[in-house]
Amino acid sequence: MRPLTPRRIVLISGLLCVALFGVVVLALRMGAYPISLRDIVFTLCREALGRRDEISSEFWLVIFGLRLPRIALAILVGGALATAGAGFQALLRNPLADPYVLGLSSGAALGAMLSLVLAPHTVGVIQAGAFVGAAATTATVYFLGRRGGQLDSPTLLLAGIISASFLSAAIMFLGTTLSGRDQRGMVFWLMGDLATPPSIDLKWLYFVLLVTLGCIYTTASDLNLILTGEQEARHLGVNVNRVKMVVYVAGSLLTGLAVSVGGAIGYVGLLVPHTMRMLFGTDYRLLIPTSAIGGAIILVVADTLARTVVAPTELPVGAMTALAGAPVFIYLMRRRVR
Amino acid sequence: MSAGPGNGTSLSQKPVPFAANPGVRLKVEQASYAYQATDRSAPKFTLGPASFEAEQRELVAILGPNASGKSTLLKLLAGLLKPLSGRVELDGSEVSALHLRTRAQRIALVQQESELLFPLRVWEYVLQGRYPYGRRLRFESEEDCLLAGNALAQVGADALRDRWMDRLSGGEKQRVILARALAQQPALLLLDEPTQHLDIGGKVELLRRLRRMADENRYTVIVVTHELNLAAEFADRIVLLHKGKSLRIGTPGEVYERQLLEEVFEAPLEVELRTSGRPRVILGSSH
Repeated sequence: MRPLTPRRIVLISGLLCVALFGVVVLALRMGAYPISLRDIVFTLCREALGRRDEISSEFWLVIFGLRLPRIALAILVGGALATAGAGFQALLRNPLADPYVLGLSSGAALGAMLSLVLAPHTVGVIQAGAFVGAAATTATVYFLGRRGGQLDSPTLLLAGIISASFLSAAIMFLGTTLSGRDQRGMVFWLMGDLATPPSIDLKWLYFVLLVTLGCIYTTASDLNLILTGEQEARHLGVNVNRVKMVVYVAGSLLTGLAVSVGGAIGYVGLLVPHTMRMLFGTDYRLLIPTSAIGGAIILVVADTLARTVVAPTELPVGAMTALAGAPVFIYLMRRRVR
Repeated sequence: MSAGPGNGTSLSQKPVPFAANPGVRLKVEQASYAYQATDRSAPKFTLGPASFEAEQRELVAILGPNASGKSTLLKLLAGLLKPLSGRVELDGSEVSALHLRTRAQRIALVQQESELLFPLRVWEYVLQGRYPYGRRLRFESEEDCLLAGNALAQVGADALRDRWMDRLSGGEKQRVILARALAQQPALLLLDEPTQHLDIGGKVELLRRLRRMADENRYTVIVVTHELNLAAEFADRIVLLHKGKSLRIGTPGEVYERQLLEEVFEAPLEVELRTSGRPRVILGSSH
């Protein structure tokens, strides 16, 4: 018997943070303008020590003006989507739950597009719209996925997939009729893309991300019990309705946050929590932090590949995650059917 | 032990002080329940007022045909349902009014296990029984591990500790589920048809184990079951339900009457008294 300790969580999360740092340094190196690893490390150290005048203006522009903001965006979006996926898998009691597969990302995207039409110049309106869109879609899919008062796994997935297709059609309709007014285009909303810097300061988005992750983490012990059955969790003293409400709001916020700045990037919420489960077990006290960091790693890697594999052209990052995520989805689905 | 609707009471009446009988742990006073017609997930069903008491070290069996209200009564005892009228008290406190965690520290309910979403080791599962004793985000202490280990040993599942839950046989799983309930260190142990997926050997072993636990750990054990003979052999008290009414409450000898059982279970039955003084039910010839 070796129960989970806070020490183990800190250790594993620390190791993953080191891996994330390594991936970030490599991602800083990759691109059209060549910079050696040594130069990157020196530049980062100089910036950290406040000796900016010793950094060449070209290096500064490429690293701090172009690549690092995009990497920071990838970390934010990846962390949010992976944690949302882990949360929704417990909330909807379905291992295949993912914000993209269930149409929640499409709901967020549609919400964001509509909010841009209604109040195009208000700060944070895209984020608010995306949150409302994600929350409304989650509630819809949740209620459509019930049969006889119980969540039914195949019904839930079908409800999600149909919602996703309906919402994608609505996005295309809106994107076509409003072309010119929306600066981002349909590929951004349907597939996800990190090339466009967000219109809102990243530190506010990071603030919301960290607070939401904190909220969802308070339910980690409860989620472990809910995974063995809601009734059982209730018998063991879990306030199931409160936990579900926290995960529902937090999951919708994380999805809305990610989609508002990165579009509907798919499969991160499926790929990452399952990989982390295979590596470190199913305990949510460990799964939430490892998913958040793992999601960041995966999306930094995916985005770096998206902007370099067919350079000078860029792929949407959602295409990269779908290439890796769709086979994993099929594998998990078939394993479950057996 | 009080049976039937004779000692009527209503919600407006003050509760009878529990101190009157220090041996009584569970007290059910005219507790009734009705599923609302709008509740689509449940059948339209009413459980008439039921009254009985159970003491420490007692094993009570709730018997009755399907849809007689056994599970509803068990949910009332567990505090998962609030009685429409009457009261269910454990050590003087109304169970449905207890705080969720306090209730889980005193009442353990073993139901048919639901499907696990992700694989779990046996020890992880049993440790979940310690959840009611921690704060919201809790990490298990050495004491928790010790108690979980004891619980596993008590059900003879020590060797299963590192196995995966989804690789256990029906009997093994039943023992592990029981161990999780024991890890809760409850005063009242409730079991909903625990013998359902067990072979005859497993059934006898489980009932024998429950009997021993009631005696040694001073639990009050309430079992919902269809096993008339096992209930007659191991239970101190029987609550016989039929169509939502508690027909008779008493010792197996008092409840097991041929005519009554035949009426309730709609089958030709015969009751004979064994040398131990406990009755035995056998299938009679059809009329």
